[in-house]
Amino acid sequence: MELSEPPVLEIRGVTKTFPGVVANDDISFTLRPGEIHCLLGENGAGKSTLMNIVFGLYQADSGEILRDGQPVSFGSPADAIAARIGMVHQHFQLVPTLSVLENVVLGAETVRRGVLQLGSARETLVSLSDRYGLPIDPDALVGDLSVGVRQRVELLRTLYRDAQILIFDEPTAVLTPGEVEDFLATTRAFVDSGKSIIFITHKLGEVLAVADRITVIRGGRTVGTTTPDETSEAELASMMVGREVSFTVDKGVADPGEVVLQVSSLAVSDDRGVETVRNCSLEVRAGEIYGVAGVEGNGQRELVEALAGMRTVLGGSVRIDGQDVTGRSPRQITDLGVGHIPEDRTRHGLIAGFSLADNLVLNQYHRPELSRFGVRRRQVIVDRAAELVDQYDIRTSGIAAPAGQLSGGNQQKAVVARELSRPLKLLLVAQPTRGLDVGSIEFIHSRLIDLRDQGVAILLVSAELDEILGLADTIGVLYRGQIVATMAAADAARSEIGLLMASGNAAA
Amino acid sequence: MTSVGVAAGRRTPKLSRSRTLGLFYGFLGIMLAFRVAPALSDMPRKFSFGRGPDALGWTFNPQAVTVVIGLTLIVFAVLSFFEGRARRLVQGALIMGSVLGAVMILVASIALSQSSSTNVVPLLVQSLKLGSPIALGALAGMWSERSGVVNIGIEGMMLAGAGIGFVGYALLNGGRGGASLYVAVVIAILAGGLFAALHAVLSVSFRTDQVVSGVAVNLGAIGLTSFLRTQVLVPLNADSATTLSEFSIPLLSAIPIFGDELFVAKPIFFLTFVLFGASAFVLHRTRWGLRVRSVGENPYAAESLGINVIKIRYQAVILGGLIAGLAGAQFSLETVGSFDDQMTNGTGFIALAALVFGKWRPGSVLAAAMFFGFARALGVRIQLLGVEIGGFGLPSQFLQAVPYVVTLVVLAGAVGRAIPPGAVGRPYKRPQ
Amino acid sequence: MNQPSPTSPSGTPARPRSFYQQLAPISVPLLAILAALVVAGIAVVAAGANPLEAYWALIDGAVGTPTRVARTIGRSTPFIGTALAMAFAYKAGLFNIGAEGQILAGAVAAAWVGTWSSLAGWPAPLLIPVVLLAGAVGGLLWGAIPGAMKARTGAHEVITTIMMNFIMFLTVAWLVNSLDPIILRDTEVSVARTRPLPSGARLPELFEGTKLHFGIFILVGLAALVAWVLKRTNFGFEVRAVGANPEAARYAGIGVNRTIVLTMAASGAMAGLAGAGQVSGADGFLSPGVFVGVGFDAIAIALLARANAYAIIPASLLWGALLSGAPLMQQRAGMSTDLVRIIEAAILVFIAGDVMIRYLFRIRSSPETATA
Repeated sequence: MELSEPPVLEIRGVTKTFPGVVANDDISFTLRPGEIHCLLGENGAGKSTLMNIVFGLYQADSGEILRDGQPVSFGSPADAIAARIGMVHQHFQLVPTLSVLENVVLGAETVRRGVLQLGSARETLVSLSDRYGLPIDPDALVGDLSVGVRQRVELLRTLYRDAQILIFDEPTAVLTPGEVEDFLATTRAFVDSGKSIIFITHKLGEVLAVADRITVIRGGRTVGTTTPDETSEAELASMMVGREVSFTVDKGVADPGEVVLQVSSLAVSDDRGVETVRNCSLEVRAGEIYGVAGVEGNGQRELVEALAGMRTVLGGSVRIDGQDVTGRSPRQITDLGVGHIPEDRTRHGLIAGFSLADNLVLNQYHRPELSRFGVRRRQVIVDRAAELVDQYDIRTSGIAAPAGQLSGGNQQKAVVARELSRPLKLLLVAQPTRGLDVGSIEFIHSRLIDLRDQGVAILLVSAELDEILGLADTIGVLYRGQIVATMAAADAARSEIGLLMASGNAAA
Repeated sequence: MTSVGVAAGRRTPKLSRSRTLGLFYGFLGIMLAFRVAPALSDMPRKFSFGRGPDALGWTFNPQAVTVVIGLTLIVFAVLSFFEGRARRLVQGALIMGSVLGAVMILVASIALSQSSSTNVVPLLVQSLKLGSPIALGALAGMWSERSGVVNIGIEGMMLAGAGIGFVGYALLNGGRGGASLYVAVVIAILAGGLFAALHAVLSVSFRTDQVVSGVAVNLGAIGLTSFLRTQVLVPLNADSATTLSEFSIPLLSAIPIFGDELFVAKPIFFLTFVLFGASAFVLHRTRWGLRVRSVGENPYAAESLGINVIKIRYQAVILGGLIAGLAGAQFSLETVGSFDDQMTNGTGFIALAALVFGKWRPGSVLAAAMFFGFARALGVRIQLLGVEIGGFGLPSQFLQAVPYVVTLVVLAGAVGRAIPPGAVGRPYKRPQ
Repeated sequence: MNQPSPTSPSGTPARPRSFYQQLAPISVPLLAILAALVVAGIAVVAAGANPLEAYWALIDGAVGTPTRVARTIGRSTPFIGTALAMAFAYKAGLFNIGAEGQILAGAVAAAWVGTWSSLAGWPAPLLIPVVLLAGAVGGLLWGAIPGAMKARTGAHEVITTIMMNFIMFLTVAWLVNSLDPIILRDTEVSVARTRPLPSGARLPELFEGTKLHFGIFILVGLAALVAWVLKRTNFGFEVRAVGANPEAARYAGIGVNRTIVLTMAASGAMAGLAGAGQVSGADGFLSPGVFVGVGFDAIAIALLARANAYAIIPASLLWGALLSGAPLMQQRAGMSTDLVRIIEAAILVFIAGDVMIRYLFRIRSSPETATA
């Protein structure tokens, strides 16, 4: 790589704010020809926002972008595409009812008097598919394809437009480990054919495997740029999270009691009908935290939702305190003394337009202490809200303020407050600290430990392995919808769990 | 309006859809074979294709035919309970069942009428002619909804075309034909486009709920056209204007049996079929059509590929409005030669039903509209023939209700599912 | 696009809302009415008349004398029921465009039960509730069907309720028109309408000859009941939760499908009650065309009232005033009564595009609606 070559893309001092949030704060970044430049950062660090600015979807508040040394201004993706920039989005931008070929040509159609000329496009597509080893059926409907194949369509689409700069936004998040390897090999092939790649991820292993250079972003700012040779996972991790030890939690030894939650051979499917949880068995005891480790998309969401009664169980059984609760409704399960901190607080955990007080009783409003003959007891609800706001330090302008106005950390505190403020046997927790600041994380962690010490069984699902290692007493590794290994946290080796998460097999 | 996310937790119903339908067929079959058939005449009746006693045709015994249809339906009902084994066969049987049901209506209508021979050709041609405005309205809706904009304002756009077009005609030369008539048709088309533009401004630019915006279009069109009628048409006394004249298509109109009935007609009727052909081509074979489809399914994807979602939606909605305006012209300028308050009389809503029944696809939408036209034609025919069932006249309202009932049945998921374009009803907001 | 999740450590306190923002729920509808009057005024000028004269006549016709006021209130009565039906469903995120079918279902049920010969001798305090209940049940059934379809197959309620409207319209046309057999038709008169209700089934008229009847109290009471249910009861909480975020509602243990069916049933019952009121109170019989267009009007009224149950009362009164004032306007200013249709449509356009009103009159939207 010739260092004197001018960068193909340069970002200078880009700042972008959303109402209440500085997403990008004076970020600078260069992409050299023929390199893979990894953009590393936690969820919410501002990576996607930055790339959406480069791609013309968002407009920066200040700063400039240079393409081949020339200042450019992208008012829409059309401008970015014209500058031969292609982007594979985290959420695929495909039209499910169109064929692969139609999706590929969309926006860059060859026409004669407005009539599509798909013949030549088909040839180009087939030759690109051969050249980069990305097999595809041009006439298949995209809606019928698997996630991995859909990503292939996205890749071929950028290639079809002859993009020279490729932006991949968290491309491996949805892939199986085998597909990830193929994908990383493909990116190499792209670079070999002269393209430059910006690779957005928060996974350290991939970064070290594939990057030529690495830029770390934290809280909307550039932390630094380095190369794989000069750094290590540990160093990258501390750059990313900005603290040496992120997830160490002060906790005593667990004193596990009876089995509270017993899951046997559970089968659940996701929204597309794919059975993402299969033959899944696990046990959680009173007074212990059972941590589910695993790469995102291995059935975590479906597992938790099924346990909470929100998703149909296709097979197997769920027992709580020995009682078969398979197929019960969310209400029935909640009333058994089960708490649930859902993965996506804005989608499930809260109703943004409802007042904080209403949200603090969202799944409790029907209880006799909060309503009489179907009529809500306003004073009790208000009193409870005031108490919880105080107890959980929820920062708000008032309990009548809509929950949507709270910051992410305070929203999550509200969910935690609601779920923890009643007698519990079992708590289901998914991604409890995603996108939160350090203070909120510590607060939530210590609450979970308190609860454990009171004898509640806790099932914790987190994409952050460190969080699992820090909190859990027992760790189960979820791989392709199945718990492939269970171990005491005390004996768990990070590397071993990593292998299990990646391949389902410690010896691989 | 997003559909509420209730699908995830749904359990399979105990009584499946095909079984429900099967039970219905079973009931119908028993009624036909054992109750209706004995009441029918066993005198031979004839479906003829063409006029006169020598015309081609099918002579049948209504009693026997009814028994056969009834028994077949019973067989289908039994079959539907073996859904698990022969899915395709059962599905086919259920669809055949609905066809047989339609044939039965026809047979019954003739068997119960007083004459021994019925010419089917005029009935079918009449179906197409009554189906034509429905089809045009549905086509208008198709363009809008394929681009992701719900359109319950078709009725209003049609009414605007009918009313404003006719007002223009009356002002131009008092409705005495000539070139003014064609100018009036253009005015009608533009009026439909104008109300569609209002719909687009509200629902695309201001991101108003698309249903609300459609209601606003309907109310606006009703108000404006009735106002214009009383303020302009009544003083002008324009109520029996010259309409577009029939013409015959050379060669085709010489085809025996139906040529002189089908290919001698008025221009907007013929245009219906031309526009459907053109729309199908544009939607599936052109760049703009591809973009309309993409914008209606996933506007965010389209935007990320450099497509201007707002512009495409405006274009598609307004194109739909122009077509609806033409459909309106068909009422006042082609068929009747005057304008009455709300003369479109709900056709825009039947068009909406045809759009859903035809699953937003041009060919099926045309077929659905023509099927609804058939129901209308049959209704007229039954009125004329004085068909009686069990001593009472068959109420015309029953046949008029066919489009709505059929659409509800489709929406209930009994015969296939009607899945609208992915983004329909959702206002699009550009990220910023 | 995924918004970056906020990372600011402490809660951003809500900005104090300005005086004008707080007024927006009232000022926007009022300004929409004003803008609509200006637009319709242009039509008046184009037709060669004086808009002020026309509007003065309209107002005079609506509220000029006590009798006219009574007539206006009587005219607005059914709108309260249908608009409440619309607003209640709207709170659950459902667009009940079927108020027209439901009010008709209620009216025909009331007309049928009210003329039942076996009930003929019942005393009014017993018979009237039965008639009203029949109306509510009729509307309830006609609302519950689209609700059940939505819950079971996801069929969109806008399409299904439109279809249901036409089916009910045709059914009533048949029931009321049919001479062979005679079903509900009154054979004593030449026009198609149902047999008259016996006096014991009639809600009392409040002012003789104005069609203002006791039903207005029932419907105003219904508005209060709806407001209370939404605000204070568990069912209301469930309705609002399903409307605001069905996924979160499911998480909260609310039976979303059940709530949808119940909401549509309740919504239909409100419209049905209004229909029964019209039959039992205002008319004493049902003629099939009496409710044509009320469904669309209900949507406009409910939106003008921002789906607030109490605000529906003045909004309905406005509609009643426009309709009952129009004849005098025609008489005095020579302006077609259809002008009020233009005013109504324009009100809806300006309410629907409230961004337009906010822009025209420089009203900023409040922060929570911007982030919702």
